[in-house]
Amino acid sequence: MNIVVLVKQVPDSGSERKLDPADNTVARASADNVINEMDEYAIEEALLVRDREGGEVTVLTVGPDSATDAIRKALSMGADKAVHVVDDAIHGSCAVQTSGVIAAALQQLEYDLVLCGAEATDAQLSVMPALVAERLNIPQLSGARKLTVEGGMAKIERQTDGGYWAVEAPLPAIVSTWDTINEPRYPSFKGIMAAKKKPVETKTLADLGLDAGSVGLANATSKVLDFAGRPPKGEGVKVVDEGDGAQKFVDFLASQKIV
Amino acid sequence: MPSLILSRRDLDFLLHEWLDVESLTKRPRFTEHSRETFDAVLDLAEQIATDHFAPHNRTADLNEPRMVDGKVEMIPEVKKALTVFTDAGLMAGSFDEEYGGMQLPHTVGQAVFAWFKAANVGTSAYPFLTMGNARLLLAHGSQEQIDTYVRPELEGRWFGTMALSEPQAGSSLADITTRAVPQDDGTYRLTGNKMWISGGDHELTENIVHLVLAKIPGGPPGVKGISLFIVPKFLVNDDGSLGERNDVVLAGLNHKMGYRGTTNTLLNFGEGVHTPGGQAGAVGYLVGEQHRGLTYMFHMMNEARIGVGVGATVLGYTGYLHALEYARTRTQGRPAAAKDPASKPVPIVEHADVRRMLLTAKSYVEGGMALGLYCARLVDEEQTAENEADRARAHLLLDMLTPIAKAWPSQWGPVADDLAIQVHGGYGYTRDYPVEQFYRDNRLNPIHEGTQGIQSLDLLGRKVVMQGGSGLALLGETITAATARAAGTEWAGFAADIDAAVARMGAVTATLWGAGDPAVTLANSHVYLEAAGHLVVAWLWLEQALATGTADSDFHQGKRQAARFFWRWELPRVHHRFDLLESLDRTVLDTPDRWL
Repeated sequence: MNIVVLVKQVPDSGSERKLDPADNTVARASADNVINEMDEYAIEEALLVRDREGGEVTVLTVGPDSATDAIRKALSMGADKAVHVVDDAIHGSCAVQTSGVIAAALQQLEYDLVLCGAEATDAQLSVMPALVAERLNIPQLSGARKLTVEGGMAKIERQTDGGYWAVEAPLPAIVSTWDTINEPRYPSFKGIMAAKKKPVETKTLADLGLDAGSVGLANATSKVLDFAGRPPKGEGVKVVDEGDGAQKFVDFLASQKIV
Repeated sequence: MPSLILSRRDLDFLLHEWLDVESLTKRPRFTEHSRETFDAVLDLAEQIATDHFAPHNRTADLNEPRMVDGKVEMIPEVKKALTVFTDAGLMAGSFDEEYGGMQLPHTVGQAVFAWFKAANVGTSAYPFLTMGNARLLLAHGSQEQIDTYVRPELEGRWFGTMALSEPQAGSSLADITTRAVPQDDGTYRLTGNKMWISGGDHELTENIVHLVLAKIPGGPPGVKGISLFIVPKFLVNDDGSLGERNDVVLAGLNHKMGYRGTTNTLLNFGEGVHTPGGQAGAVGYLVGEQHRGLTYMFHMMNEARIGVGVGATVLGYTGYLHALEYARTRTQGRPAAAKDPASKPVPIVEHADVRRMLLTAKSYVEGGMALGLYCARLVDEEQTAENEADRARAHLLLDMLTPIAKAWPSQWGPVADDLAIQVHGGYGYTRDYPVEQFYRDNRLNPIHEGTQGIQSLDLLGRKVVMQGGSGLALLGETITAATARAAGTEWAGFAADIDAAVARMGAVTATLWGAGDPAVTLANSHVYLEAAGHLVVAWLWLEQALATGTADSDFHQGKRQAARFFWRWELPRVHHRFDLLESLDRTVLDTPDRWL
């Protein structure tokens, strides 16, 4: 079974993240860039499926040169090879444009199953699986908390607020995963050393047969027009208990929509 | 948020901007490595230390191991963390490929392991001891012993110990009484008691490999009659499976001030609780030759002492980082110039005296880290430098620096934790904040693996006079080579002060050894150790300052400011100590115990 995992490098959600005021895109140069946390679950699931079913796991990422670090981490966890689409013209692309690049890259690969995280922690749009599925005309199974592959079908438990839906689709299909699906492994020291020797194929837009005019900030379907920092933390609310402290406390929580 | 365990930024600075560890990848042993693999394994260490070691540091402190029905019970988080550590291949990382290792340079290996010590020194003691045990066997054990014991250790299936001390003999190993009687089959039977044995018993692994110092009857007296034995908890069958229970049993656990997650044991050997082969006596296997046990043990101890020094540094380091974070968020008081009592209180880091404490701690812990990694770099040089002359030079300098690398951080790391408590004020004295634990944990380091007193005798009594004083001369040359590089820079004044201190150290050493009475020479050896340590760390602060070049980030400016601090506030301390030494002061020597 050929499995492709879509991996994105994002600014670490645990550190300060900024937009670049020059073009309102994510400021990657000054950020502590890491592999998107949710993608680690997708990688782990791909490795588990591969170990059960056989085959290969390919990591696919679209991003600048620095995204190599995310690829290396995925390879050191155990993925077999990687494709890195890197082209300056892609900078500032919207989700719709990026999905076109990913779909074009997938069309040059053999795949039975595409896995990805249910969302990226930078933009949090959660639309990529649907966009890619539409472009490739394959089914998408979104928000999996469990995945099984058998008889040419992918079956998932789609996580919901109240429980789950059992959903299935014929392969090839794209499956997005939540962080409830598994516990990602750490890279091992052996894996780190082995990752150096695993093939990473670099592709440009031209290699994918795409025109630079189909991507980039100037041609994006949506743009960030303006942004502002989080307002400074205001003064706290002081409540004087005049025998009604409990009620005031509950009222406060209710006003904050906490209860 | 940046980690409060250690500063990755500082490690990267020391490893790459100063020590240039990437250049090691040109050497045959390290060709498989690159900056990429160094970064990845440091990332891995930070992640596992953060996820699996730091979270149970306090839990382990509050729930000491207990002895129940002759066995040790401890919190399950310890085993889980060590399983993750081993599964990631970190036990074997620095070892040879043929033993499952990755041949990571020792310098990077020290930085990697520093994450675990800083996150949870109690849990990290088990692999620390096991790696030291394995190194010793690789250096001095037979191939059969290596295959039987080292491989399972590096796979994390068995852990190791170092059993030197006895209830009546710790620093003075000449007085140990554990006996090893030769048997017809070439094995030995050991009887005796060993005290303070960390990791001496537990259920973490299938087997425990004790390395035990004992005397063979009829051998030479004193340290020249000490031999080294492998005494496994379970005997090992020819196929590697576990056999009979050996006659080594847990007699009790010590209840300590810190390091509470590490079992610390009294072990009885050969009391007949178990009777392997039908008779009492712990079965032991001689390592190397008879009566050379202490030499073998000290081969390991030298590396262990650098590791202890790094441990003392990083416990101070994490204390400093916690204090810094606290000082930046805790508001109290107003600047001296603020007149309006209604104005908002400021973060306490705004107060000069709090900054004094933080800068002091920063200069100690970053100075200590530089010392530890420099010595680790010397280990790499000693083992892999291209020509014999460079290897010999590294060996000599490392030998000279080892007592300082162990003792200086063990003295000043706890002071950094003391300052971290002080920055926290009353809160730091409570168990609601972690700094009091760091202090308690760190208080062991001036004691174990050779006390401060032992280190001072090693430095003044052996190291500065060995090979006709060539170790001391080499240290002086190395330092003055660095001060020469400072000519024409803003650090020329610092370099001149260091040069003066180097010259003073040479003169004082000559005076001490010219006294004609070793009792006088060695009476104030601790003062000598302190002065030498501060001088060495001043040099390493100069090295760091020079390595910052013209970089002007806050990080680099902080480095330079800490260097200035050490120059102006700390280096001058050496002269008071040299004054005292130069006068051949007899105050301590001439104090009879009845006056105390």
